[in-house]
Amino acid sequence: MATSSSRSCLQYLFHLAHDNLEFRLPEIRSLLALRSKSFHPSENFNEQSPFWCLGSLSEEDVRSVMARSVCAKSAFELWGHGRTHSELRTSLLNYPSEKMRPYMHKESTYKINIESFNKSLLLKDKIKKINALDYLPFEGTVCLTNPQHIFCLLEDYGTDCRNIPEHPNHIYFGRWIADGQRELICSFSVKKRHFIGNTSMNAGLSFIMANHAKVKENDLIFDPFVGTGSLLVACSHFGAYVCGTDIDYNIIHGKGLSSRKNQKWRGPDENIRANLRQYGTEKMYVDVMVSDASKPVWRNTALFDAIITDPPYGIRESTRKTGSHKNITKPPNGTYAESHVPVSQVYHLSDILSDLLNFSAHHLLMGGRLVYWLPVYKPEYCEERIPVHPCLRLISNCEQPLSSHTSRRLITMEKIKEPEELDNPAYVSDGLYQGHNTFRKKYFSARNKKSGKEEEQAQMLMENKIS
Amino acid sequence: MRCISSTSENMKLLTHNMLTSHVKGVIKGYPLLIKATEVKVNEVEFNPQFVCRMIPKLEWCALVQAADQLGHRQDLPGELVPDYEKNEDFLKKVHRVLMEVEVLEGCLQCPESGREFPISKGIPNMLLNEDEV
Repeated sequence: MATSSSRSCLQYLFHLAHDNLEFRLPEIRSLLALRSKSFHPSENFNEQSPFWCLGSLSEEDVRSVMARSVCAKSAFELWGHGRTHSELRTSLLNYPSEKMRPYMHKESTYKINIESFNKSLLLKDKIKKINALDYLPFEGTVCLTNPQHIFCLLEDYGTDCRNIPEHPNHIYFGRWIADGQRELICSFSVKKRHFIGNTSMNAGLSFIMANHAKVKENDLIFDPFVGTGSLLVACSHFGAYVCGTDIDYNIIHGKGLSSRKNQKWRGPDENIRANLRQYGTEKMYVDVMVSDASKPVWRNTALFDAIITDPPYGIRESTRKTGSHKNITKPPNGTYAESHVPVSQVYHLSDILSDLLNFSAHHLLMGGRLVYWLPVYKPEYCEERIPVHPCLRLISNCEQPLSSHTSRRLITMEKIKEPEELDNPAYVSDGLYQGHNTFRKKYFSARNKKSGKEEEQAQMLMENKIS
Repeated sequence: MRCISSTSENMKLLTHNMLTSHVKGVIKGYPLLIKATEVKVNEVEFNPQFVCRMIPKLEWCALVQAADQLGHRQDLPGELVPDYEKNEDFLKKVHRVLMEVEVLEGCLQCPESGREFPISKGIPNMLLNEDEV
């Protein structure tokens, strides 16, 4: 009894990166859910703060979240905290010494780091702060290069960068446990990727999507608008097997114009499989096909653990499906040449969305997740406009602003029941998504009213050229 | 058999097992017939957990039939064996057929309408023509 109650007071401090703010909580919740753990923040929890204190976790839980998170920088076993250094001291002296001892005994080596948020500290001030911790019973030897244990003092100077206080609002001290996966943002950068397109998803957001989708080892993941496979790259890195389809024959075959600045045509080996090979996950590659998302080719049964996609909105990539309103004259012998590219017709965004939801309801395993981007015209947005389906429950909805009037939202849904005949199909209420290129028209009409830079930046974001 | 390491994309029988014909009006569009002109065996790391997770999703008869059509059935049993989770020998056979036997060139044919979907450089083209949708 005593052990379980003392264990439950153990708290962990998560230090989060201060970007993609809205995406952080759903990411951490999803990663905890992969361990069948729920999110138990401390009383004064503030989602906007870069410091979160979480309880009811084991060190193993924390390590496994850090092994996946691209929103978290690092995690610590929290030994004490307070609004002032004297409060911190009281709090630390109350921390049970038997919990400190294993990390502070004579034979151990250690170092202490100082981290500050919203203020940079001078080296001499950092040293002062370290020396001020002399009330802690450190008996080991300091080792800066390869210590057994790392401790950290973290100071929070608030989130208002125009009004930085002289003293921190809050101070934490803890034992470092693990770093998150921030380095993936750089090591998987689209700039260094073998095969890219105009709308390749940036690395950080791709990993966030895979985390929101609760992708795990040995899953089978599908992207119906696969493009150059950025999302498959992220999922395969987390140990999932991946497949995808796209209506664009050239992109699937890695042919045509290059999306790179100084290169006209794509090279002979630019394809999705080569992208996975670049990151050492080719064994996770299942297949890609040329196929039209409006006419699914999959056997009608639950096949996928997650469906993750960035559907075309008509800004940089056109929205199309096969079919024609015109009367096409077939060749006299009744067959098309093998290279025949069927005439495509417009694919309304509202239809893309309802097809995607209906498809997911049928082809996701129970509990499986659909994660996709929804373009939003801000003046008309409200939460009721998010497409709904009776078999899919909304889990999270995170905004990435693109400009003053447009944004895209990362929608995560979970399958909660098998479709039945009497179920309503997917419902897309928003007039924004009906009619051909409605979003595109709004996007560009508002764009024309404004001059310049902001809109250019929005488009760059849409192209994922800025991370 | 020698395993050829490949740099191109190839259709796996796992994918074939999950595909069905979507030609308008077709009632029995499964399984698609495979007419292969080029088949490869491409070594893929054996992962028993993944194979175990895929087996319940498979149409077993279609898998055996497809392996047969490509001449790679070897001694894959006609029926799913019980307690396959512990049977590594069996799982390896399934892994080989699902993940390693790959179609490079050929086509998939709808069993009812006869419509052929070309496989070129290992990538099936499942697009229907404008007069078929």
